[in-house]
Amino acid sequence: MARRTIKVDALARVEGEAGLHVIVRGGAVQRAELRIYEPPRFFEAFLRGRAYTEAPDITARICGICPVAYQMSAVHAMEDALGVSVPKSLRDLRRLIYCGEWIESHALHIYMLHAPDFLGFEGAIDMARAHPGVVERGLRLKKTGNDLMALLGGREVHPINVRVGGFYKVPRRRDLAALSERLQRACDDALETVRWTAKFVFPDCERDYEFVSLCPANEYPFNEGRIVSNRSLDITARNYDDHFEESHVARSTALHARIRGRGSYLVGPLARYALNFEKLSPLARAAAREAGLGSVCRNPFRSIIIRSIEVLYACDEALRLIAAYEEPDAPCIALSPRPGTGYACTEAPRGMLYHRYEIDADGTIRSARIVPPTSQNQASMELDLATCIAGWLDLPEEVLRHRCEQTVRNYDPCISCATHFLRLDVERA
Amino acid sequence: MQSGDCLVIGIGNPHRGDDGVGRLVARRLDAQGAAGLLVVEHAGDAAGLLEWLTGPEAVYLVDASKTGKRPGTISRFDVARTELPRVTFGCSTHGLSVADAIELARALGRLPRRCVIYAIEGRRYDIGHALSPEVDAAAEEVANLIRDELRHYHTG
Repeated sequence: MARRTIKVDALARVEGEAGLHVIVRGGAVQRAELRIYEPPRFFEAFLRGRAYTEAPDITARICGICPVAYQMSAVHAMEDALGVSVPKSLRDLRRLIYCGEWIESHALHIYMLHAPDFLGFEGAIDMARAHPGVVERGLRLKKTGNDLMALLGGREVHPINVRVGGFYKVPRRRDLAALSERLQRACDDALETVRWTAKFVFPDCERDYEFVSLCPANEYPFNEGRIVSNRSLDITARNYDDHFEESHVARSTALHARIRGRGSYLVGPLARYALNFEKLSPLARAAAREAGLGSVCRNPFRSIIIRSIEVLYACDEALRLIAAYEEPDAPCIALSPRPGTGYACTEAPRGMLYHRYEIDADGTIRSARIVPPTSQNQASMELDLATCIAGWLDLPEEVLRHRCEQTVRNYDPCISCATHFLRLDVERA
Repeated sequence: MQSGDCLVIGIGNPHRGDDGVGRLVARRLDAQGAAGLLVVEHAGDAAGLLEWLTGPEAVYLVDASKTGKRPGTISRFDVARTELPRVTFGCSTHGLSVADAIELARALGRLPRRCVIYAIEGRRYDIGHALSPEVDAAAEEVANLIRDELRHYHTG
């Protein structure tokens, strides 16, 4: 029978090392595989025997793009184990540093990695030659996010100011106020980003996802909330392991996560948006409507618009948090170790990030489990490929190959996180 | 960063053997000090580097290279005049490299009037490994070369 293979040995514009292999037989997609060959990194193993206080700084090293997500899931899980929670002012600062990470991470992906796919450029450099003003806007946004992270975290990459119980040092009101003018400009840039991406031409491809995201009662999710799906899942992080399972597949050094008894699910911007649309700020909701989006979006290619809306929300929310900021009495709360197990999920830019730690009486970590968003989305990426490619088989080889890569880049996959990503092989005749 | 200044950027990871050589050169130049010279160490991510490239009149970047040449071999690229060969330097986070930062700066009209890269061929990039002796010697030589260039730049 006629067999066609589409191969991409090393995916470009993704973080980490991976490839694609798609086999087409008799005009139908037989198999679509994402092959992650970046070596595993064993973070969970080398957390064992370390102090509970070290988890935020060790796990931050998993990723240079989303270290805050690792720090936040780590501190919340440890505080869960210790049975403590931080006061509102510290909670708001955590939300604020997370805004910084979303802005810098999403801006990098939208402008440098993803937009060139829609505009027919090889990469950000070609795009910068043709549209320097657009790329400058993206860089300006990213820098505002980085500066927010540096102000709260001590530095922009791998922040060093986050600790279990709070921060080592908290900012003065005037330090934060100095960023307000920049964030106002960033809001304008983010709104322009939504309008710009909304004009792109999107392939017609939708899937009926099970969306999974945190759903706090009254706010768009960053640090807390129940784990909710559009198919009646509604649990706390403590029950994550009862409902989700990871398995090893030979083609990937990153574990595949599934919902027990149901299969693949989607975390990240599309899921957060679908499950929390009403909690976006009025400015972000209005921008979504202007972009022609409803309260749910099932086309993964349109994730670039949703990311832009989330950047707008993060700028808006950062301004709100800064205006309402009251300096806490102390930068952190007092802690004393006790034996127990702590669980937490927070929303990394790419989706929900689960941490679980078991600690003993003196606070030594006995076991650790980390499930990053890219691991959770692997099965969904493969299903997107299989579903979308079926409608594109008549496209010329090079166009098809590019479309396949783009399908994976929709996820802003972070392979280094997950192996702790791309080659495309499409086989056909 | 004030325009008119000269900047040396040492790039690399000091915990990965010869990868840290760029930063060693930066430290040696910094230790001697020179008026109007700013020295920074950098991990090498493109967006961060782009910020440093914006403003100064002259920038010298020092990085390790992995091309198969003899370890300690010094290469000089005048990137203000010609593109950097893409195979010389490795990739960094999200696939944006030092070469990407240079070309992005050029595309955006931000490349300094004078922009030179010194590459020192490394031998070992293992985590926790010390600098190889021939690479250490090359670091000294590159520090001297940059010092000479700066002297001529200021007087010339």
